[in-house]
Amino acid sequence: MPATLILPLLGLALAAALWAAATLLLANETPILANFAPAEAFRALSRLAVDPVMWDHVGVSLQRVAIGLAAALAIGVPAGILTGVSRVFAQTTTPLFQFLRMISPLSWMPIAVMVLGVGDAPVYFLLAFAAVWPILLNTAAGVAQLDRNWLMLARSLSATRAETLFRVVLPGIVAHILSGVRLAIGIIWIILVPAEMLGVSAGLGYFILDARDRLAYPELMAAILVIGALGFLLDYGARWLYQHWLHKG
Amino acid sequence: MNAPQPLAPPPGTDAAPETVLGAERLSFAYARSGPVFADVSLGIRRREIVCLLGGSGCGKSTLLRVLAGLETAAAGTVRFLGQPLTRPHPRSALVFQQASLLPWLNVFDNAGFGLGFKHQPAIDAAARKARVREALAAVGLAGREHAWPAELSGGQAQRVALARALAREPELLFADEPFSALDAITRAEMQALLVDVVHRWQAAVLLVTHDIDEAILVADRILLMAGKPGHIHRAWTLSIPHPREDHPEAVTALRLQILSALRAGNAATAPHAIPS
Repeated sequence: MPATLILPLLGLALAAALWAAATLLLANETPILANFAPAEAFRALSRLAVDPVMWDHVGVSLQRVAIGLAAALAIGVPAGILTGVSRVFAQTTTPLFQFLRMISPLSWMPIAVMVLGVGDAPVYFLLAFAAVWPILLNTAAGVAQLDRNWLMLARSLSATRAETLFRVVLPGIVAHILSGVRLAIGIIWIILVPAEMLGVSAGLGYFILDARDRLAYPELMAAILVIGALGFLLDYGARWLYQHWLHKG
Repeated sequence: MNAPQPLAPPPGTDAAPETVLGAERLSFAYARSGPVFADVSLGIRRREIVCLLGGSGCGKSTLLRVLAGLETAAAGTVRFLGQPLTRPHPRSALVFQQASLLPWLNVFDNAGFGLGFKHQPAIDAAARKARVREALAAVGLAGREHAWPAELSGGQAQRVALARALAREPELLFADEPFSALDAITRAEMQALLVDVVHRWQAAVLLVTHDIDEAILVADRILLMAGKPGHIHRAWTLSIPHPREDHPEAVTALRLQILSALRAGNAATAPHAIPS
């Protein structure tokens, strides 16, 4: 085993031991808490791992992440470029964006459901609304930090506006966009579970509430483990993309 | 040898086929900081290396940008191959002080970056590849096509920038202090390389520099810029054979001439330097 893995694994093992000790102690007072012990959770997890219904829930959640992220990119990147290029646009929108950014996206939930109806649409809206800010702000910062010499080079080649945008500006800000994406994925993943607790009938957030209602506490704990693990993997993937791009630069 | 030249090209040189670039009575001013240079006329012939020499702030870089079509003059005309210049000409190429390579493209794609834009003659993919390969080989980077800019030294990066310019098969290469960010040894190598490749590519060069030795080592003609607003104070045509390091007496004599002309130029225009 690589030496760099020893300490992280030790940390995880310690956390599991604490978890086991806590459920053991508390179960003396409240017997139902024995259901939340790690042994129960991992047994449920191994059962759920081969259950297609569970995979459906995971698939639905990941699809929502993808759609929310795509919408945030489609809005955040052009708006970020506009902010970086146009002083007027930046000055007009900065206070508004800073204001909107600080509102927890879940605050919009009642309005989103009233306007968009029950179902997937309000969830997409909340995820995109939460994720658009880090992408927008990072894109704008990327444009502001573009090497002036690259733009001069494009001018010396008589590049058209479109050529400058697609061959110099966009590739030049990919690293910034990717670090925005990494932040966005983190936010989306945190917003996703509570957003899925309202008005939808699939997804990991729904599964948590459903497990609670069925009194299937080991499954509830297993779902928490799945949420943590998937979030870890998503973040790892985003970081890999970022470093893979920077490796060239 | 080294005889002072008339300041303006003889009348009609613009139209002559031997002239790549002709400028007549150019002036340029920034709205805030006032005039940069005034009444500059010059001509660059085919395959000629012209050095625009001057101290910092004399307007030589701005003049290069106007001649390259990156800025528009307040007065005067620029003609490239006889045609009035409205934007950077497809048969010209630029090299800056910074290599300005694009970090997301490898060496080969950086060297080919100047090709395939809309405002220039279309060439097919095979011809484009051949040009880039040839240019990279000429600057000594054959075999490094797949390297990334981050893996290159400053001198190697500037070689890629030179290859990027050569791949355009320019009639005229504009170079704005291209070697001033390099260490002395690399700079000497690059100066020799520049002379070698532009002769092979049969390109003319307008090299802006503040380095008197660089101008003496590479130029066919030196234009000394001085004053505020800047103007061409004196000019020399050089006939010292290459490599010029082998002719120290001629080089030293010219160096002293340039230094005294520089002093005279600054003294003569000193009163104008006081802001009104």
